[in-house]
Amino acid sequence: MLRYLIKRILNMIPLLIGITFLSFLIISLAPGNFLSNLKMNPSISPEVIHQMEVEFGLNQPLLVRYFKWLWAVLHLNMGISLAYRVNVAFLIESRAVNTIILSVASMIFAWVIAIPIGIIVAVRQNSIWDRVLSFLAFFGMSIPNFFLAFLMIYVALRTGWFPIGGTFSVDYDTLDPIAKVADRINHLILPVFVLGIASMASLMRLMRSQILEIKNSDFVRTARAKGLSERVVVYKHVLRNALNPFITMAGYSLADLLGGAALIEAVMNLQGLGLLLLNAVRSLDVYLVMGSVLIGAVLLLVGNLLADLALVAVDPRVDFSALESQ
Amino acid sequence: MTAERAQLGSVGRTAGAALRREWRLASWTVRVSVICLLLFYLLAAASPLIAPYDPARQYRDLPDCPPMDLRISAPADWPRGIFYTHPMRMVDSQRRVFADVPATRIYIHLFRGGHLFTTAPNDPPYFVLGSDGLGRDLFSRIVYGSRVSMTVGLIGVIISFSLGITVGAFSGYVGGTADNLIMRWSEIEMSLPSFYFLLALAAAIPAGMSTVMTYLMIVAIMSFISWAGLARIIRGMAASVRSRPYVEAALALGGSRSRILLRHVIPSVLGYAVVAATLSIPGFILGESALSLLGLGIQQPAASWGNLLADAEDVQNLAHYPWILIPGIFIFLAVMSFNFLGDHLRDRIDPGNTG
Repeated sequence: MLRYLIKRILNMIPLLIGITFLSFLIISLAPGNFLSNLKMNPSISPEVIHQMEVEFGLNQPLLVRYFKWLWAVLHLNMGISLAYRVNVAFLIESRAVNTIILSVASMIFAWVIAIPIGIIVAVRQNSIWDRVLSFLAFFGMSIPNFFLAFLMIYVALRTGWFPIGGTFSVDYDTLDPIAKVADRINHLILPVFVLGIASMASLMRLMRSQILEIKNSDFVRTARAKGLSERVVVYKHVLRNALNPFITMAGYSLADLLGGAALIEAVMNLQGLGLLLLNAVRSLDVYLVMGSVLIGAVLLLVGNLLADLALVAVDPRVDFSALESQ
Repeated sequence: MTAERAQLGSVGRTAGAALRREWRLASWTVRVSVICLLLFYLLAAASPLIAPYDPARQYRDLPDCPPMDLRISAPADWPRGIFYTHPMRMVDSQRRVFADVPATRIYIHLFRGGHLFTTAPNDPPYFVLGSDGLGRDLFSRIVYGSRVSMTVGLIGVIISFSLGITVGAFSGYVGGTADNLIMRWSEIEMSLPSFYFLLALAAAIPAGMSTVMTYLMIVAIMSFISWAGLARIIRGMAASVRSRPYVEAALALGGSRSRILLRHVIPSVLGYAVVAATLSIPGFILGESALSLLGLGIQQPAASWGNLLADAEDVQNLAHYPWILIPGIFIFLAVMSFNFLGDHLRDRIDPGNTG
């Protein structure tokens, strides 16, 4: 196991270098740089611009800038955001909390509802519930989440039951701690619903197809033949075996923790990492973009690794030699 | 009718029979999806005929005008037009509130002036789905927008799949160092946080580019992001095909590598590829919509379903002119149709799969 782990982690190093270099290359291909807009401004003198160019190293060749950035990252320094003039790590940290709260809440919402429904629907295959819910799942999977977000904002506008976008109210700072929590939750309801619907639908479909596949296998027939009650057959034999892909999915969703909500954050004006990055991309704030891409990639790789490890722990049929030959 | 059928060649007849058989086997959801997609592609192919007005023409006195009612005239008036509507007049220019003018009628002409339906050039326009903030006809913009939104998936899939199948089949069949290098590269692409990366790439598109170039760049970017996943799956399938008896037999008979690749390996993975292609089209449609919505994709005055929705980002617009959300319904229907169709194709190719 240790050998496998070390191999996987060593494997990540060239991957991360490849990913970051590719991103760096692309963001540098973009026309102009962060200072282009400032240069248009006649009230900023060319000397100041030049000073900033030197300060941020924007006048150096691409490779030099990349390796300087890489060297700094190895020393746990992700550089300074050009627009905000603060440490990138600090910026990401302060925004990532909001994004993680949102992502985790919507994941819990999706899983808690999707798994039981998937089970019920599969056990009663072809019943009216199965048909209706499977159709609704298609609906949920297909509705673009930005469109659903607009619809929800419209509902909020019409009914006044929910706040219209935003992470907290204007008077947030004046509230007492309990009211602060309530305010945050109130602002979370719609985004969590919007983000949860799509994953809920696909989880439900996956659960259903998994159970249906296992329901017809030999060991389930044996369990029935032994005279086990239907309850024991479903919960002990079918369900346990149906859960494997969900462990993999849980690992993958770690990567979505930061990136999955980006579009919804932009549409619903939530102060998260996605909105930060969108603005960074628009203003060509190189080091902020690079920091976000790096963190996103690390989470993706670690999530995949955790998913594989969890699978070995749960499923005795999978071992490390099988994973290595993948 | 039957005589015409009999005249068709045997190939045409079997293809027609196969299509009819598929149609019978399909559920109503799949049939509705196919009809829906055909309609949307008709919108894209025949935009100038179907759109009643020029999508860029601004009716300055009718900004944010609500959808107008369609009324049927009395039979005596039919020579002038079967359908008519009342023109709209702005009653509150501050909040852009409109009221119709019941005294006058605008007749709607069918199949006149090269349009499916339109109004006389001197009459005020008939906005089926309302107008946007600049007084442009929303329906015409949706019709022209379908050209971008409905083709972005097809072209993207063609690029990413020809890449994915070729590279995947080659990599899996040849193996060795080439395989290793290709797989390492695809791992890099798959580990990219895709949405962040898509944003960064889209920002690299120069602002002054023409709509066609921007469109091509967006398709290329999304294909670049999505081909690697497919290549890996195809590679796995190709690697397993390599040791099958029929491939060994072809090798023993003196078949060259490229012949085996083209005649045996690629056809054996094609069925899966078609299903995967259909199911990946929605990703392209949504990707383009999202980029255009965020202002990084297709730019005004050109229309795509995504950039039409950008107006809804302003809460005030959404509150007072909810019809600007209609393009979203089109995106939703297109995505759902492709999902239903892809799901059905998967069941047809692999009946064991219950998903």
